[in-house]
Amino acid sequence: MVEKPVQEEKRVFMTGNEVVAWAALAAKADIMYGYPITPQNEIMHYWTRMAPKYGKKFLQTEDELSAGFTTLGGVLAGKKAFTATAGPGNTLMQEPMSMAEMMRIPSVVIIQQRGGPSTATVIYSQQEVTMTTYGGNGEGFRIVYSTASHQDVFDYTIKAFNTAWKYRFPTFVLGDGYQAKMRESLTIYDPEDRGIELLEPEPFFGKQAVNGEKQPLHIRNTYNTEEELYEVLSRYMDEYMKVAPEIVEYHQFDCDDAEIVVVSHGVVSRAAKGAVQELRKEGYKVGYFRPITLRPFPAEQLRAVADKTKTLLFVESAFGQLAKLAQQAIFGSTVGVENLFKPGVGVTSEEIVARVKAMV
Amino acid sequence: MTTVPQMPKSWRLESKPHKFCPGCGHGLVLKALGEVIDELGIQDRVAFGCDIGCSLLAWDFFNVDTVQTHHGRTTPVMTGLKRANPDIVCIAYMGDGGGYAIGSQHLVNAAARNERITAILVNNCNYAMTGGQMAPTTLPGMKTETTPYGRDVEQTGYPTQGPEMVAAITREGAYVARGTIANLKQLKSYLKKALENQMAGNGFSFVEALSTCPTNWRTNAKDTWAFVEKEMPKYFKVGEIKNPAVKEGE
Ligand SMILES: Cc1ncc(C[n+]2csc(CCOP(=O)(O)OP(=O)(O)O)c2C)c(N)n1
Ligand code: SF4
Ligand SMILES: [Mg+2]
Repeated sequence: MVEKPVQEEKRVFMTGNEVVAWAALAAKADIMYGYPITPQNEIMHYWTRMAPKYGKKFLQTEDELSAGFTTLGGVLAGKKAFTATAGPGNTLMQEPMSMAEMMRIPSVVIIQQRGGPSTATVIYSQQEVTMTTYGGNGEGFRIVYSTASHQDVFDYTIKAFNTAWKYRFPTFVLGDGYQAKMRESLTIYDPEDRGIELLEPEPFFGKQAVNGEKQPLHIRNTYNTEEELYEVLSRYMDEYMKVAPEIVEYHQFDCDDAEIVVVSHGVVSRAAKGAVQELRKEGYKVGYFRPITLRPFPAEQLRAVADKTKTLLFVESAFGQLAKLAQQAIFGSTVGVENLFKPGVGVTSEEIVARVKAMV
Repeated sequence: MTTVPQMPKSWRLESKPHKFCPGCGHGLVLKALGEVIDELGIQDRVAFGCDIGCSLLAWDFFNVDTVQTHHGRTTPVMTGLKRANPDIVCIAYMGDGGGYAIGSQHLVNAAARNERITAILVNNCNYAMTGGQMAPTTLPGMKTETTPYGRDVEQTGYPTQGPEMVAAITREGAYVARGTIANLKQLKSYLKKALENQMAGNGFSFVEALSTCPTNWRTNAKDTWAFVEKEMPKYFKVGEIKNPAVKEGE
C-alpha cells in the first residue's frame, strides 16, 4: 500500500503553491488538470513531482477551458478532480464552472489572484472577487473560501473537497499571488488523523450494473421551456439558501464596542488584524471583521456588526469588489461607510492605522 | 397490425421518436452508432457526450450514461472522463462548428495527445442549431444566412478538411475516417473500428460523417440527397485515412 502523503503533523516552511499540492494530496485528490499561468504554476510543479508516488494523475491541457472541462469529466468519473488558475485563466474557467453549477458537479478550483483587468501583473491582487463569486452566466451557485495565510490555504483546500462533494456545488479556494509565492510556516497534517472525515467521491458515470441492470444517467444543461428551467433553478436556489448558513464562515473580534470596524478579506485581513490590535493598544475603539466565505456571504453576521457600530471601513486590493458584496448583504443598514481601495496593490497595517486615525 | 420499426437495443425508447427534423442525418448517424454499441456489447460501459448544436437533441437518445456539454467542449469533458477512468468507452459527439471552429483547439490537442477517446463529428456544412450560418465546412459558393451571396473563398477560405488535419497531426495508433450517411454500411463499419480502436487502447479515433440538414439547406428530399451524395464528396473525400489495424503495405 502507498504511504500516506503526510505521515505525522509537522511544522513546515513552504510557498503557498506547494501547500496547495500537499493539501490536495492530504485530501486524497485523485487527479489534477491544469494550464500554466503565473502565479499558480508551482501548484502543478509540486503536484507532478509528488502525485505519481501516490498513484495520482495529472493532465496538462491546451487551455483553461479544457482544464475546467476535463476537471468536470474527472468528477463525472467519480474522482476528486481539481484545477488551479489565475487572472485571464480564471476568466476562461468561468465557462466550465457555470456548467458545474448547472449540473451540480463537485469540482474544486484554486485561484491565485493576479493583477487585472487583462494580463495586468502576474504578482498580486484581490480583483477576482466578483468573477470568482458570480462569474458565470447564472446565479453564483458556488462556494468561495478566501484564505489569508498558508495555514488557511492548507485547511481550506482540504475542506474544499469535502464541501464540494457534500453540497455538490463547485468550490473555489481564492488565494492570491502573495499567498502563492511567499514562504511561510504552517502545520501540515493528515486530516483523518485529526478526526476530519474525508467524504468519498461517487461516480456519476461508469457505475456497475446492479443485478444485470444498469440505470444510465442523463445530465444536461439546456432546457426547452422557461418553466422547466425555472423549476430547476428554484430548487437549486432553495437548496443553496438552506445550506448557506452551515457553509458560511467569518472571523471577527473587538466589534462589540467598536466605533469603526475594518472589513477586509484574504491576505489583506492580516494587515487589518495587525492594525486593529495596534489601534486597540492605543485606545481606539476599532473592530475587525473578515468574511472567510465570500459566497455564501456572512450577511447576517456583518449586519449585526453594522447595526452596532458607526462606520465600516472596507479595505481591499481592489476597487470595491468586497465592499459591493458586503453592502449588498447589509442593504438597509444606516452604518457609515469608508473605503481604502488599492486595486492590484498590497495594503500594510500602517496604512490602515493611519486611515483609521484620520477618520476619528 | 402495427409494425414496430427496428431500433437498436441501446436506444432509449422513451425519447423516441427523436427530436431531429425529418430528413436530418443526425438520426442516421446515431442509428449506426447504436447498432455498433449493440454489436460490441458495450452499452453498460459507454459514456456519450453531446455538444451544443443539433447534437444536443441527443442528450436522452441512448440508454447509456450521457452528458450534454457546452459548444465545442465535449472533447475535453470526454478526455477528462477517460483520463480518470480508462474503463469507460468515451464518445464525443459534435457538429462541424463545435469541432472545427469553437472547439478546434480541443480537437487538435486531443488528437495530438492521442487521447483514447472516440470523436464523431457530423458535417452538415452549416451551423444548424442557430439557424443556418456559415460553418468551417460550408462549401464554396454555398448560400447560408451569413453568406447570403454564397461563400466567397477569397474572404472566408475553403472548407476545413477535418479528418485530413487529424490524420496529419496524429501518430501511431490513431484511427481516422470520413464516412457518409449516403453509405450507412460503410459509416457503421468506420464507427465500429473507431470504437474498437479506443477499446484496444491504441489511440485517438475520429470519424467525420457527411450528413444532411434539409431544414437549413432548404432542400426537398431529392435535392437533399443529391447534395450529400454528389456535392459534398467533391470537397470531402469519403474513406478511411488511418487505421492502425491495417499495417503499412498491406
Ligand atoms: C459559447 C457559445 N457560443 C455560441 C453558441 C451558439 N450556438 C449554439 S449551437 C451553435 C452552432 C452549432 O453548429 P454545429 O456545431 O455545426 O452543429 P449543428 O447544429 O450543425 O449540428 C452555436 C454557434 C453557444 N451555444 N455557445
Ligand atoms: S436543423 Fe438541420 S441538423 Fe438540426 S435537426 Fe434539423 S435537419 Fe438536423
Ligand atoms: Mg453543423
